[in-house]
Amino acid sequence: MILKNQIDFMGKRRIAALCSGVLIVISLLSLLLNSLQFGLDFTSGTSVRLSYDQTVNIPQVNDTLEQGGYDDALVVSFGSDRDIRIILPVDEEIEEAEQSAAALQQGEEIANVLRAASDAEIVLLGSDYVSAKVGEELAEDGGLGMLVALFIIMIYISVRFQFKFAVGAVAALAHDVIVVLGVFSVFRLEFDLTVLAALLAVIGYSLNDTIVVADRIRENFRRMRKGTPVEMVNVSLNQTLSRTLITSFTTLLVLITMLIIGGESIRGFAIALTIGVLVGTYSSIYVASSTILYMNVTREDLMIPVKEGAELDGMP
Amino acid sequence: MLNKYPAWKNILVLLVIVLGFLYSSPNLFPDDPALQISHESLPVTEADMATVTTALEAAQIDFFGEVVENESGLVRLNSLDAQLRAKTVIEDSLSDQYIVALNLAPTTPEWMQRIGAGKMNLGLDLQGGVHFLMEVDLEAALQRRMEDNLSNIRNQLRTARIRSTGMELVSNSHIQLGFADEDIRSLARSELRDGFPELLFQNSEVGGRPVLDLRMTEQTILEIQRDTIQTNRITLLNRVDALGVAEPTVQQQGANRIVVELPGVQDPAQAIRILQRIATLQFHLEASLGAPSLSYETYEYQGQLINVNNDVILQGDRISNVRAALDENGLPQVSISLDAQGGQQLNRVTRDNVGRNMDILLIETKSRTNTVFDENGQQVDEIEFYEESRLISHATIQSALGREFRITGLTLREANDLGELIRSGALAAPMMIVEQSVIGPTMGAENLQQGLNAVVISSLLVVVFMLLYYRVFGISANVALIMNILLIFAVMSSVIPATLTLPGIFGIVLTVGMAVDANVLIFTRIREELANGMPPQQAIDAGYDRAFSTILDANLTTFLVAVVLFTIGTGPVKGFSVTLMIGIVTSMFTAIVGTRALINMIYGGRRSLKSLSIGGQGPGKKAAIQPEAS
Repeated sequence: MILKNQIDFMGKRRIAALCSGVLIVISLLSLLLNSLQFGLDFTSGTSVRLSYDQTVNIPQVNDTLEQGGYDDALVVSFGSDRDIRIILPVDEEIEEAEQSAAALQQGEEIANVLRAASDAEIVLLGSDYVSAKVGEELAEDGGLGMLVALFIIMIYISVRFQFKFAVGAVAALAHDVIVVLGVFSVFRLEFDLTVLAALLAVIGYSLNDTIVVADRIRENFRRMRKGTPVEMVNVSLNQTLSRTLITSFTTLLVLITMLIIGGESIRGFAIALTIGVLVGTYSSIYVASSTILYMNVTREDLMIPVKEGAELDGMP
Repeated sequence: MLNKYPAWKNILVLLVIVLGFLYSSPNLFPDDPALQISHESLPVTEADMATVTTALEAAQIDFFGEVVENESGLVRLNSLDAQLRAKTVIEDSLSDQYIVALNLAPTTPEWMQRIGAGKMNLGLDLQGGVHFLMEVDLEAALQRRMEDNLSNIRNQLRTARIRSTGMELVSNSHIQLGFADEDIRSLARSELRDGFPELLFQNSEVGGRPVLDLRMTEQTILEIQRDTIQTNRITLLNRVDALGVAEPTVQQQGANRIVVELPGVQDPAQAIRILQRIATLQFHLEASLGAPSLSYETYEYQGQLINVNNDVILQGDRISNVRAALDENGLPQVSISLDAQGGQQLNRVTRDNVGRNMDILLIETKSRTNTVFDENGQQVDEIEFYEESRLISHATIQSALGREFRITGLTLREANDLGELIRSGALAAPMMIVEQSVIGPTMGAENLQQGLNAVVISSLLVVVFMLLYYRVFGISANVALIMNILLIFAVMSSVIPATLTLPGIFGIVLTVGMAVDANVLIFTRIREELANGMPPQQAIDAGYDRAFSTILDANLTTFLVAVVLFTIGTGPVKGFSVTLMIGIVTSMFTAIVGTRALINMIYGGRRSLKSLSIGGQGPGKKAAIQPEAS
C-alpha cells in the first residue's frame, strides 16, 4: 500500500541515526570531561539568598565579600537583577554537628557585611545548608530511580506490546535522558533536584509519545495485509504526526510560559523539560521506530494471541 | 442509539463536577490568624479562656470566635500583627505550663468542614518556614547497647570467677572474649548463655587461642534501630511542641533520617537550639514525711502534690532499654533495664527503702519569649531558655530492685506514655542536622504567586489554542481541562492529605499541557475517520473507541514513572510526583468521560448530522492522510 501526501520518515533513518549518534557522543564526552554543574542539593555547602531594593552590582558584591574574608564565595544572580544567591563551601574546620548552625550564622554575617558596604536595603530571603553526606546519597538515589523506572517501563511494554517495542522505547528514553544531561553539561547549567524531577518527567513524556506511535504501528500491522515493515512504520508515523506536533506544541506552550513567568526556582526544571520535549518528540519518531525496524519486527510479533479454547467458540 | 450516554453516566459526570466544586471551594476562604492554647497535661477549661479574653481586652486587642475544643482553646484575631501581640499577652496571663501556638483557623462554613472539605496544605516553599533533615546516629545507639552488654558480661564472669584473657568490642554488634583454654570457654559459655538472648554465641580461634564470639542478631539490630528512630521522632515532636508551631511535620525519611518542617518559624537559630537539646531523666526517692523543706521539691503528679527528695539515685544514662508491654497476667507494665553499674546503684538504695515511693523526673529544656524594654524604651522580645522538670512516674518500691525492674499498676495508655517519656529522656540517640533550608515569608509568597500565575496563564494559552484548533470539540476539551484542575485541587484538599509545594505546582502545570493530549488523540482520530468518509456520528464513536487503548497505555506508563518517582524521591521530587499521579487519574476521567458527555449532549442523537465543528476538515485542510483507493 502506497500513500500519498506523506513524509518518508524512515527513508531518512540513517541520517537521523547519525545525528543521534553525534548528539550522544557529544553528550557523553561532555559528561565525561565537563561533568555536570551539580547544584547544592547534590554537593554540599551553604547558599544564601538576598534581595536588594535596587539593581545589584555583582562585581562589587564580590569585592566586598573578598575584603570581608569570604574568598570562596560564589555570587550569582537569582531570578531578577535585584536578587542574588551566594554559595559557600562547607567549612571543614567546623565540626559536623555545628555546621548547620554555623551556616545560619554565616548567612546573617554576610548580609551584615553587604549592608555595611552598600546603601541598599538588603533583605535576607533565606538560606540552605546541605551536608556532604546527603548530597552524595541523593545523586545515587536519583540514578537508581532512573534505572528502576526504565526497567519497569521495559517490562510493561514487553507485556502490553512486545519485547522489540520495549527495547525501542527504552532506547528512545535513554537517548533523551543522555541528550538532556548533555545539554546541561555542555552549557554548564546547574543540575539540582528539580532538574532531576524534570528528567524523570521527560521519561514520562517521551514515553507517552513513543507509546502513541507504537500503538499505531501495532494497529496497522494487524490491519493492513500488504506493505513492508518500513512502509507500515511510515504510515503510522504520518498518521500520528499531527497529534505528536499538537501535544508537543501545547506542552511547549506551558513550559515556555513557566520559563518566562515562573521565576528562578522553576527555571532549571522548565529548561530541562523544554529540551526533553523537543528531543522526546524527535526520539519517538526516529529512535524508537528505527530500533523496532532494526530488530526486524514482523507481523507475527504483533498478532493477537489466539486464546486457548477459542476454537470451541460458537459451538452449540 | 449512538452517542447517547445512559442516564447514570451523565449523573456520574455531574456528580463528579459537583463534588469537584464542593471539595475545592474551601480554598477560597482565607484562614483567620488564631492562637491555640493547650496545657501540658490538663484539658483547657472555660475558666482558662476567660483569663485569656480578659487579658486580651485589657491589652485592647480585638479578638473573636474564642472556643474550647478537643481539650484546647482557640482565639481568632483580625491580623497577623495582632496575633503576635496577643501571643505575648496570653503567655503572660497564663502559667508556664500552657503552650500558646500560632495557628490558622479555617473560616469555611461548618457544614463544609463536617463533610470533610478542607483546605490544601501549603508546603514550606510556598508559605515560608524552616526545613531540617536530621540524621540519627544509629551506630551510637548500637554501640551503647553493646557496651552495656560487655560490662554486664564482665560483671557476670567476675562473679562466677571465670577468667577471660581479653574482652574486646570488635564492632558495634560484635564482642570477642578470649580464654586460656577450651574448658574455661565452655564454662563461660554455659554461664552466659541464658542472660543474653539477643546475642549469638560462636566458638572460634584467634592465633591458636580459643575465643568466644558474641554477635548481635540481625533482628535485634533492626529492632534497636527502629526503636531508636521512633524514640528520636517522639523526642523531636515534644521539642517542636515547645516551639509553638501551628502545623509541624516530624517524619521519618529513609532508614536513619527525620524530616522536621516548621512552617512560619522565622528564627531558625532558636529552632536549632531547641531541636538539639537533649532531655535527661533522673530517679529520686520521695521525701519522707517531715523532711526539712530544703531537702525536697514539690511536683504535681496526676492531680496530687508529691515531695521529691533532691538526691539523685540514678541518672537516665544508666538505662539500657525500656519497653511498655503486658505482664504475664495481661496487665500493662513498663519494664526498664539498667546497665550493670546502674543496677548496683539502684539495688543499694532500694534494698533499704522497700515500701517507699520512687519518682522519675524528666528534665527538658524549653524556651519562652519575654517582652522587655531595652535602653531606648523600645519593646523587644527576648528568648529565654529554662529547664523544666516534670514528674512522670510515682510508684512504690515493692522489693530491692536490680538491673531489671518494672513499673506496674498503670493503664495501657499510661504505660505507653511513660515508656515513651522514659525513652525520650534516656535513649534518644545523638542527632545531627544534615540539611536545612530557611524560606523567608516573602520568598514563599513570591513562589506561590509565580506558580499560580504559571498555572493560570499557561492554562489560558492552551485553552485559546484548543478553541481555535478544534472549535466546538475544543470547548469540550477546555471544560474538561478546567474541571481537571479543579479536581486536582479537590483531591489534594480533601481526599488525600497532600501538601502543595512548588514542584507540585510544576506537576499541575505539566498536567495542563499533557492532559489535553488525550483529547488531541481522540479528536485527531475523529478527524481521520471523517476524512476516511465515515459519517459524523460513527466517527465520534470510533474516535473515542480507538483512541482509548492508546490513551490508557500512555497514561499507565506515565503513572508508573510517577509511582517510581514517589517511592524513591524525597522533597521536591515527591511533591511533583504526587500531583502528577493525581493529574493523570483525574485527566483520564475528564478527558474521556467528561468530554464525551458534553459531545454527546451537543451532537448525540442528531440523525441528520452532516458535519462536526472539529476544525480542519474542510477541503484543502486535510489533517489526516487519505489512503489511495484500494
